[in-house]
Amino acid sequence: MPAPTDPTPRLAEYAHPERLVTTDWLAANLDTPGLVVVESDEDVLLYETGHIPGAVKIDWHTDLLQPVERDYLDGAGFAELLASRGISRDTTIVLYGDKNNWWAAYTAWVFTLFGHEDVRLLDGGRNLWVAEGRELTTDVPSPAPGVYPEVERDDTTFRAFKEDVLAHLGTGPLVDIRSPQEYTGERLHIPDYPEEGVLRGGHIPTARNVPWATAVAADGTYKPRTELEAIYREGGLGIQADDSVITYCRIGERSSHTWFALKYLLGIEDVRNYDGSWTEWGNAVRVPIAAGDEVGDVPAALAGSRAA
Amino acid sequence: MTDAAAPVLPDALSEIREEFLALPERERLQLLLEFSRELPGLPERYESMPGLLERVEECQSPVRAFAEVDDDVVHFYATAPEEAPTTRGFASILAQGLSGLTTQQVLDVPDEFPLMIGLNRAVSPLRLNGMAGMLTRAKRQVREQLAA
Repeated sequence: MPAPTDPTPRLAEYAHPERLVTTDWLAANLDTPGLVVVESDEDVLLYETGHIPGAVKIDWHTDLLQPVERDYLDGAGFAELLASRGISRDTTIVLYGDKNNWWAAYTAWVFTLFGHEDVRLLDGGRNLWVAEGRELTTDVPSPAPGVYPEVERDDTTFRAFKEDVLAHLGTGPLVDIRSPQEYTGERLHIPDYPEEGVLRGGHIPTARNVPWATAVAADGTYKPRTELEAIYREGGLGIQADDSVITYCRIGERSSHTWFALKYLLGIEDVRNYDGSWTEWGNAVRVPIAAGDEVGDVPAALAGSRAA
Repeated sequence: MTDAAAPVLPDALSEIREEFLALPERERLQLLLEFSRELPGLPERYESMPGLLERVEECQSPVRAFAEVDDDVVHFYATAPEEAPTTRGFASILAQGLSGLTTQQVLDVPDEFPLMIGLNRAVSPLRLNGMAGMLTRAKRQVREQLAA
C-alpha cells in the first residue's frame, strides 16, 4: 500500500509528481505506515553524525556494489539488503543524501533496476533538510525485517553498457553531466588527489554537455518543469519525448540525478544511465572520444558498419 | 605485538592501527567518527592563508592540508567541512599520527598505510584513496621544505 502522493502544487506540474516529496511533506509523514526513509551519501560516516529520524542507511560502496564483479547486487543480495532495512516489495521508499542527492539518485536508479515500484527522492536532499533546521538524530533504528522477494535485475531498460553506447552513437541524444573542463578534456585529474585513473580526457562523440547542477535551483531542489524543458527539450538539447536517451558522467552518480529528472520530471520514456561512464569509456580499447568543445562526429567506421 | 609482514610504523600510527584492528569491522566506523571529531582546528596563521586550499572539483570534499616542517619536526594541519566526516577522520588520523615525527620518519611512512588499518571493507578502498592522497601530499610538502 503506497503512501499518498505529496500534494504540493509545484510538484504537480512534473510528469510524475509521485516521485518527489518536499521536506514539509516528509516531516509530516515520517510515521506513515509502509514508508521507509533511506539515506545514501557520498560520505560513509555522514549518517552516523545525525540523520532524519527513523531513516536507515544504504551505502553505495559497501552495500550496493559487488567489488569482484564490478557490478550491483544480485536478486538474492538485494532482497536480503532491503529486508534487513525493514523494506518490503510494496514499501514506499524516500531517498535522500548529501551532495545534492547524487548518491540518493544513484541508489534510486539501482532500486529501479530491481523494479521497486515506489521510489521517491526528497527534493533538495540532506542539505535542504539541515538548512531548514529540521530534526536529526543519531538513533539508529532496528526495523523488523521486511519481506522482499528475489527479483532479477533488469539491465536493459534503465541501464546502458559500453556496447549499448557504441550502438547508440548517432541514433539518439547522449548527455554528458560532467563539468565543462571534464567534457573538453582539459581536466583529467588533480595532482595528489584520488581518482579512478582515466587515461584519456574528453567526451563520448555526439554527447552534449549539461552539467548536473543545471537542473537544480539554489536550494538544491529541482527547477520547475518549464525551466527543465528549456534546458533539455525545445530551445535546449532538443530532446523529443520519443527519443532514446543515454546519460553518463564519471562514475554514473551525477548522471543518475539527471536520469531521474529526464525520466520522472519530464516524462521521457526511454532514458538509460551508463554507469561505466567516463571511468570505463576513457580507458576502453577501441572506442572513440572527442576532445574540446565540439560534440564530435560518429566515427566513420561505426557509421559505415551500421549502414551496411 | 609482532607482525613480521607489516612494515614498521612510527609509534602513534602503530597505536592508531592497533586501535582499529582491535574492533569488529562495523565498529571501526564509529572509531573513525571519533577521530573526525578530534580534528584540531587550524592555527591562526593558516586560517586565512590562501594557496593551501587545493580544491577538489565535484564528487569529493574540499580539504585543506599542510605538513609544516619546523627544525626537522613535522606538524600536519588539516581542515575539512563538518559535512565530510570521513575526510575529517582521515585528516585527524594523519594529524595525530604524523605530528611530532622527524621529516625522515614521515617520508618513511609506508604509502599503503591507509590500507593497513582495517577499513577496506567498512569504508572501501576508493574512499581510502582520499587518505592516501593526503599522505602523498604531506610527504611532497615535507620534501619541498627540505629542499628549500
